Amino acid sequence: MTPLLQVRDLVKHYKAGGLFGRSATVVRAVDGVSFEVARGETLALVGESGCGKSSVGRTILRLQEPTSGQALYEGADIFSLDRTALRQLRRRMQIIFQDPYSSLNPRMSVGAAIAEGLEIHRLATRSEMPGRVAALLEEVGLDPSYAKRYPHEFSGGQRQRIGIARALAVQPSFIVCDEPVSALDVSVQAQVLNLLSDLQSQRGLSYLFIAHDLAVVRQIARRIAVMYLGRLVEEGPTEQILSDARHPYTVALLSAVPEPDPTARRNRIVLSGDLPSPSNPPPGCPFHTRCFHPLKSARCTTEVPPLRSVGGTVAACHYAESTPRVSEMSVA
Amino acid sequence: MTTVLEVSNLRVSFPGANHTRFSPVDGVSFSLERGKTLALVGESGSGKSLTSLALLQLIPDPGRIEAGSSIRLGETDVLALKGEALRRIRGRRIGMIFQDPMTSLNPVFTVEAQITEGIHAHFKVSRAEARDRALRLLQEVGIPDPAERLKAYPHQLSGGMRQRVMIAIALSAEPEILVADEPTTALDVTVQAQILEVLDDLRSRRGMAVLLITHDLGIVAGRADRVAVMYAGQIVEEAPTSALFANPSHPYTQGLFASVPRISGPLRRLTPIRGTVPAPAAWPSGCRFRPRCPQAFDRSEIEPPLLSVGPDHRMRCWLAEEPGKSTAR
Repeated sequence: MTPLLQVRDLVKHYKAGGLFGRSATVVRAVDGVSFEVARGETLALVGESGCGKSSVGRTILRLQEPTSGQALYEGADIFSLDRTALRQLRRRMQIIFQDPYSSLNPRMSVGAAIAEGLEIHRLATRSEMPGRVAALLEEVGLDPSYAKRYPHEFSGGQRQRIGIARALAVQPSFIVCDEPVSALDVSVQAQVLNLLSDLQSQRGLSYLFIAHDLAVVRQIARRIAVMYLGRLVEEGPTEQILSDARHPYTVALLSAVPEPDPTARRNRIVLSGDLPSPSNPPPGCPFHTRCFHPLKSARCTTEVPPLRSVGGTVAACHYAESTPRVSEMSVA
Repeated sequence: MTTVLEVSNLRVSFPGANHTRFSPVDGVSFSLERGKTLALVGESGSGKSLTSLALLQLIPDPGRIEAGSSIRLGETDVLALKGEALRRIRGRRIGMIFQDPMTSLNPVFTVEAQITEGIHAHFKVSRAEARDRALRLLQEVGIPDPAERLKAYPHQLSGGMRQRVMIAIALSAEPEILVADEPTTALDVTVQAQILEVLDDLRSRRGMAVLLITHDLGIVAGRADRVAVMYAGQIVEEAPTSALFANPSHPYTQGLFASVPRISGPLRRLTPIRGTVPAPAAWPSGCRFRPRCPQAFDRSEIEPPLLSVGPDHRMRCWLAEEPGKSTAR
């Protein structure tokens, strides 16, 4: 069975600077990323701020134009579609944003915001509209009477539910969830995560779930792809990544997750330094400037490691076979 | 144990509709010990940040600290201080760092100017001596190449570096107490780990008392000696960290734990707390958690005081007196 979405060698560069005669620099936000999402599946795209994960999500929806590469949705090339075809495709592919405060129009009632997609795609008649909106509100756990109210009357969690109802209105099969629970309090975050997984099983949805929190991702994704400086550095089944990550960056990310259990004396790998700038990525392996791998060598500074199968995952590290597990690192 | 700060019955109020006032912080008491970290944990709207601002009388207008509140810093009654006397406490005895270092740093001054400003405000030292101290502070918070960084402006630094600069500024007047309000919330996890290491290291080396304000139970587990959980303007449970994590007793604390996704252990569906945090002007009568509580019972209609559930472990729930009913482990 062909995957629902296939992304090949996706590249997105931005020009930065250049104002007032300074020469423009190229920010290599996404630098050759390939992955697939199967029907009904969730792929999590994980990384820290600036790694390019949101650019990937926006580019495959053509909210931004790609620099190069290919994205196929049910076999159709997204990047070569004309306006009419693109509009048709947008019915199938939707997005939920991190910040439910800025992604809703404050002057539009909740009902109008949810109905907008139905109107654009002519999916319901005027008389059907209120019933459809009410059903959507109920599906995301909100009172149908909320349709007449405005976004400022709602809490963050409720607004995120409204954003989800709005995305669901056009009956998509694929949703990019861009940090959908990062701005929410823990108790509300759990409600929204459960809602997203219930909706997935009821509607057979596929998600590209963009997040920085591996513990959150574990709740919803069967596969994880880890990004660093615009590239995928590791990909594999969730439990495999969590138990036997082969890329040192993934190991460091895992060890940095604060676990609410003081008895679990986990080894924290505290990475030195900051993320290098994507406008000036280091040569060779992008992670070599912060890497703690015991076998790190001159090769890492010159030769870009390709993604290759090691153990149960695919990892881009020259020495992936001998990457220490979190549990094997000496206790700091 | 040396108590350096004692807060009792702190109430912060704001004007509400129809000339009433409501209290987003409503009777909060705790103390800070030298060289120890107390974590104040709560979700947005719990009153944790206002509590920390009240320590330095930084409550924004039109809020005010109500009569009957008391904040004692050693022999000093903080709430009686005004003007110059208050300014000598701010920074000098209680330092603060906030969530977002970019908005707390002044974009038009160099790192050196911003650190030495605090030093000059509290100590009579020469410019050379102040610069020297600033350099040592940057080293202490783990900034590489500190002499170069002194000349930098905030926009030239990464988020993690800015937060280190903020910590250096807070330390510049050598405070006894450091209040850290969500110090790592805006940072990536790998950088968060670095900053928490720095704070921990400083606390033990300088013997500072730290008030760590956070929504993240994961941060608390590794760092705090004591935890106070806030809900709807009140402390609802407090205990030594190990006791609280081993035996979370208040239904709200239990709900928080059941809501947190874990990276290890068996994968299970999260059990969220139903509903949302009520607004401060609309807190329910009786136990404030009652409408969301799966264990609410007839006594919940009366507001509970903090009751003992174990050695040095208290909660604001009548279940403490009805052990048969409680689902605490």
